[in-house]
Amino acid sequence: MLEAKDVTVAYQRKVVLAGVSLAVEPGLVIALSGPSGCGKSTLARVLALMLRPRSGQVSVDGVAVRGWRQRADRRLRTSVALIYQSPRQAVDPRLTLTEVIAEPLAANGRPDPERVRALARETGLTEDLLTRRPHEVSEGQLQRACLARALSLEPRYLICDEMTTMLDASTQALLVGVVDAYRERTGAGVLAISHDTVLLDRWADRVIDFTGPGVPAAPAATASTPDA
Amino acid sequence: MTTQGRLLRAEGLTVTFRIPGGTVRAVSDANFTVRPGRCLALVGESGCGKSVLAHALLGLLPGNATVSGAAWLEGDGEPVELLSAPPAVLAGRVRGRRIGLIPQSPATHLTPVRTARAQLTEALRELGSAQRADDLVMRYGLRPADLDRYPHELSGGMAQRVANAMALAGDPWLVLADEPTSGLDRPLVEKAMGTLRELCDEGRAVLLITHDLRAAEQVADDIAVMYASRLVEQGPAARVFARPRHPYTAGLLAAQPDREFAPIPGLPPELTRLPEGCAFRPRCPRADDACAALPAFGGGVACHHPLETADA
Ligand SMILES: Nc1ncnc2c1ncn2[C@@H]1O[C@H](COP(=O)(O)OP(=O)(O)OP(=O)(O)O)[C@@H](O)[C@H]1O
Ligand code: SF4
Ligand SMILES: [Mg+2]
Repeated sequence: MLEAKDVTVAYQRKVVLAGVSLAVEPGLVIALSGPSGCGKSTLARVLALMLRPRSGQVSVDGVAVRGWRQRADRRLRTSVALIYQSPRQAVDPRLTLTEVIAEPLAANGRPDPERVRALARETGLTEDLLTRRPHEVSEGQLQRACLARALSLEPRYLICDEMTTMLDASTQALLVGVVDAYRERTGAGVLAISHDTVLLDRWADRVIDFTGPGVPAAPAATASTPDA
Repeated sequence: MTTQGRLLRAEGLTVTFRIPGGTVRAVSDANFTVRPGRCLALVGESGCGKSVLAHALLGLLPGNATVSGAAWLEGDGEPVELLSAPPAVLAGRVRGRRIGLIPQSPATHLTPVRTARAQLTEALRELGSAQRADDLVMRYGLRPADLDRYPHELSGGMAQRVANAMALAGDPWLVLADEPTSGLDRPLVEKAMGTLRELCDEGRAVLLITHDLRAAEQVADDIAVMYASRLVEQGPAARVFARPRHPYTAGLLAAQPDREFAPIPGLPPELTRLPEGCAFRPRCPRADDACAALPAFGGGVACHHPLETADA
């Protein structure tokens, strides 16, 4: 279980999350929907160990998180992967798509060209795209590479923050299919964040309506009901 | 708003890019017309050329682009041919004043070191507009206080709404909206679409570029479907959504999460090596040998074997 308990985040004096709790269970797709600006992306970054909350706890499969960002425990950090809405802001513009996908494996001392090729195939990237740089491919092609990169270290939990918001219906269906196949194969838990309730109703095992800092109790209660 | 004689008419609009070792065909022979009071939605898969088409109309393409064909902006005196117009004419008399652009990634269009208010007020002043920044943003669902933030303090949806307001600052009669709903939740999408509809109802013309078929269905009068740089189907929105003729349109509609939610098999072709014939052939369930030749556009569709429709 990937769990946030009673998490509070504030930017300067503006409270963005106030005492929010949420659990992502292995093997399921939990969805988070809510209005723009309600703090969904902020919660995603806390759960991905990229943003230290002002107060509250995060745990990964029962292990409490004590460090965030570079100071996060490497095993915990690599067990949660985050995919953003805007792939352009998430990649180094100087790398080729192959290098984008290979980056986490290399950084963790496990370079594996064979696995990189397999990930590219899985996400529908053709050979000729792999040698291009981000500005030479479309938004949808770049998002495929970001998904391949996110899956490269076989995370236990995958957070998709508006993963398909910029993409057409066909590419959306393809990427959701890739995530689902990965989840079925590995038993990973998925947190799907989206404004699109039609998509979430179709995809998720459970949809949590998240309304913002003032309403922490409801998502917590709904999210941690294992038999719902 | 007076709409006398106003029109945007593209004829054979074609855009290519030179890249090391090849040429990318981003827009091939596009013909379409945008009229005051109407919204034309351009839809298609990621990377098919939609944004390039919009940027070509505004002279905003990078230096490695080659443009051919014509795009006539009519009304308000002498017609302007946008593709050959000098940069000074586009900058001084077209962009912002006659054609407003709502960009695809608003965050990258805003200067990080100045507040949204400073940027919007400056745009209004440069264009000699009498509108007030507060009134403009309220139309797009922001509070005036939100304008006092810096771009990094705005969520994606808020930055989009600021960009929308900037596009309307100079009161243009034609609005090009490039994915104006990315990052907005459903209620805000509805609101943004409502605003585009109001712009049409005031007598403006809207060219909406979107991958969001539901948003397009809500606001568009006409639909143009683009695949691998070509317009493959055009027609009244109600007809295209209810009875698509092109197999690609049918596949795209079926991929929606409230329908089959299945991707169209395969991938779009590389725009560096488009096939001779129909570019959809490798993915098309209706393809046969005839499809080795490029299908001509006729009856609202470019296909050798269009889907049967009741009124066809
Ligand atoms: N660095 C910052 N300084 C001040 N406020 C911030 C900062 N970053 C985010 N915010 C505010 O925090 C709130 C939540 O932001 P967040 O990006 O998490 O929202 P969101 O739900 O993902 O919105 P959207 O769906 O529109 O992108 C917003 O009101 C935003 O303006
Ligand atoms: S021309 Fe042939 S391949 Fe192309 S869409 Fe029509 S039937 Fe399919
Ligand atoms: Mg967000």
